[in-house]
Amino acid sequence: MTVLVVAEHRRGELRDPSFEALTAGRELADATDGELHVGVVGGDVERYAERLNREGVDAVHTVARGEEFNHDVTTQAITQLVEAVEPTVLLAPDTVNGLDFLPAVAERLDLPLVTDVIDIEYDEGLTVTRELYEGKVETTLSIDAPRAAITVRPGSWPQAAGTGDAEIKAFDATVDESAVRSTVTGFQEIGGEVDVAEADVLVAVGRGIESEDNLDIVRELADVLGATLAASRPVIDNGWLPADRQVGQSGKTVSPELYIAVGISGTAQHVSGVRAETFVAINDDPNAPIFDVADYGVVDDLFEVVPALTERLKRS
Amino acid sequence: MKILVTITEARSVDTIFEIDGLEIDDRYLSSDLNEWDAYALEEAVQRTEDEDGEVVAVTIGPEEVEGTIRQALAKGADRAIRVWDEQLAALDLLDPLTKAAVLGSVVDAEQPDLVFTGVQSGDDAFGATPIALASTLGWAWGTVVNDLRLEASVAHVHRELEGNLEELTDVERPAVLSIQTGINEPRHASLRDITEAQQADIAVRDLADLSLDGGALTSSIDQITLYEPERESEATIYEGSPEETAAELATVIEETGVLQ
Ligand SMILES: Cc1cc2nc3c(=O)[nH]c(=O)nc-3n(C[C@H](O)[C@H](O)[C@H](O)COP(=O)(O)OP(=O)(O)OC[C@H]3O[C@@H](n4cnc5c(N)ncnc54)[C@H](O)[C@@H]3O)c2cc1C
Repeated sequence: MTVLVVAEHRRGELRDPSFEALTAGRELADATDGELHVGVVGGDVERYAERLNREGVDAVHTVARGEEFNHDVTTQAITQLVEAVEPTVLLAPDTVNGLDFLPAVAERLDLPLVTDVIDIEYDEGLTVTRELYEGKVETTLSIDAPRAAITVRPGSWPQAAGTGDAEIKAFDATVDESAVRSTVTGFQEIGGEVDVAEADVLVAVGRGIESEDNLDIVRELADVLGATLAASRPVIDNGWLPADRQVGQSGKTVSPELYIAVGISGTAQHVSGVRAETFVAINDDPNAPIFDVADYGVVDDLFEVVPALTERLKRS
Repeated sequence: MKILVTITEARSVDTIFEIDGLEIDDRYLSSDLNEWDAYALEEAVQRTEDEDGEVVAVTIGPEEVEGTIRQALAKGADRAIRVWDEQLAALDLLDPLTKAAVLGSVVDAEQPDLVFTGVQSGDDAFGATPIALASTLGWAWGTVVNDLRLEASVAHVHRELEGNLEELTDVERPAVLSIQTGINEPRHASLRDITEAQQADIAVRDLADLSLDGGALTSSIDQITLYEPERESEATIYEGSPEETAAELATVIEETGVLQ
């Protein structure tokens, strides 16, 4: 089979999930002695093509059109590229922008679509694995169709390395301007006073804390540790802490020496932002996916454990 | 202005649950208005409150989901539509393209000015229906919207990207906009609103009402297994009283050397 991966870039750089999708694509192509093709739309496509020519890549198709990602242009270009390359599987990273065009391509070409996939197998047929219910359950799906579209979750495959001997070809997509109905006018960085990415010790609090008033118990823990307070998204959405404290996909990526997650379930969008040397989780649900990434954990009520921990640390 | 809002009843599993074949028994599941849809609904209600507008809430699902669509009515939707029939019930998996086809025919019938959806549903988290819906309709779209300014022919949106970065985009109307949590503060329904919503009529539509050929809605995606993931982690889990577990954690923390 032929696999076509769509690479992603932003502000002049290819993004890491593109190289992970290449690995997923190569594994899938290998299962049938097939070919791995890559498509990249917009920006400095020639420079991108050189970088995308990693080991195992057979062809890179470049579409020079626009600087930044525009979903209308990408949808049209990739739809035409799929018609030309005829891949069995069309892969894109499960990122904000991957999810912003692939469903439209799938709809137009009538391809079955599965998103946020964490494993792909090909053995007489295509099966994919994804999570349900905030990561507490996994499911495998079989896709019985000549062709399919899949987005792959960032962090689930290593990045493709090395250099390949891909053929680099300019693909001449015809863009119907009247169907380009959105225009990217700029970017805005969300900054704040506190940079959680700089902190060595983070106490991160999630929805389990239940109310703003209860934040005092994690504040006290953070104080004795000299830690910075961080949070998962619901705490920010509720306005209990400012936006600069958010850790995760849309917030900050942090790499502290110690990360203590309190009342956080551990969805992919949260844990993708944490690379801690020592990861501690306190959560009363033994099935919470946070325990998949934690080094040390306590399955108990945070309202009991956190004050006890604070008291204990005060004494040491 | 008329805004159609798609509403999903999202399910979550209890702390302790069992898997039976391809299902988790209802007694281990709780259901609620999907978190992201609550923000989409609030945004629609705020946009239509000051003028003579209308918010129509649409859901796909059996009679049991009426509690959730009534929540949408209590929180400010003017009307509710529920789409269901035997052909939909027979489908193994309601995948995004199927949902988009069904919702698209409701949009055709209702002719709203805009469609708001949540970014994803919390349970199956496909995150693809809004874009597939826009594509079915031939409409423009904007996804992961956390800020919105509407003009007559254009929606100025902020799209939330990764890493504290937002994209500023102008989207032509009509459009499907998927709304991200945090864009507003969803209201709590008053007791009076809840009581009124209990009595409101919900329009039930089947595929024939929507001129949809149920036979065309076959999906080639089949669920073959459902299981609790093997915990990959080597995490050390401490047990005991809060004092005991806290003491263990304190030791771990001391050993990291972060305490001065
Ligand atoms: C495009 C997109 C981007 C996103 N970006 C981010 C991001 O950057 N960061 C982020 O965090 N999320 C992000 N999210 C949201 C993410 O999907 C989750 O909704 C969120 O991370 C859940 O936060 P939580 O773990 O605090 O809440 P929940 O998932 O509700 O978890 C709360 C946990 O607390 C536990 N708990 C409850 N009470 C107690 C108690 N008394 N004692 C102990 N434990 C208790 C519960 O068992 C549960 O595990 C994003 C979502 C989308 C769609």
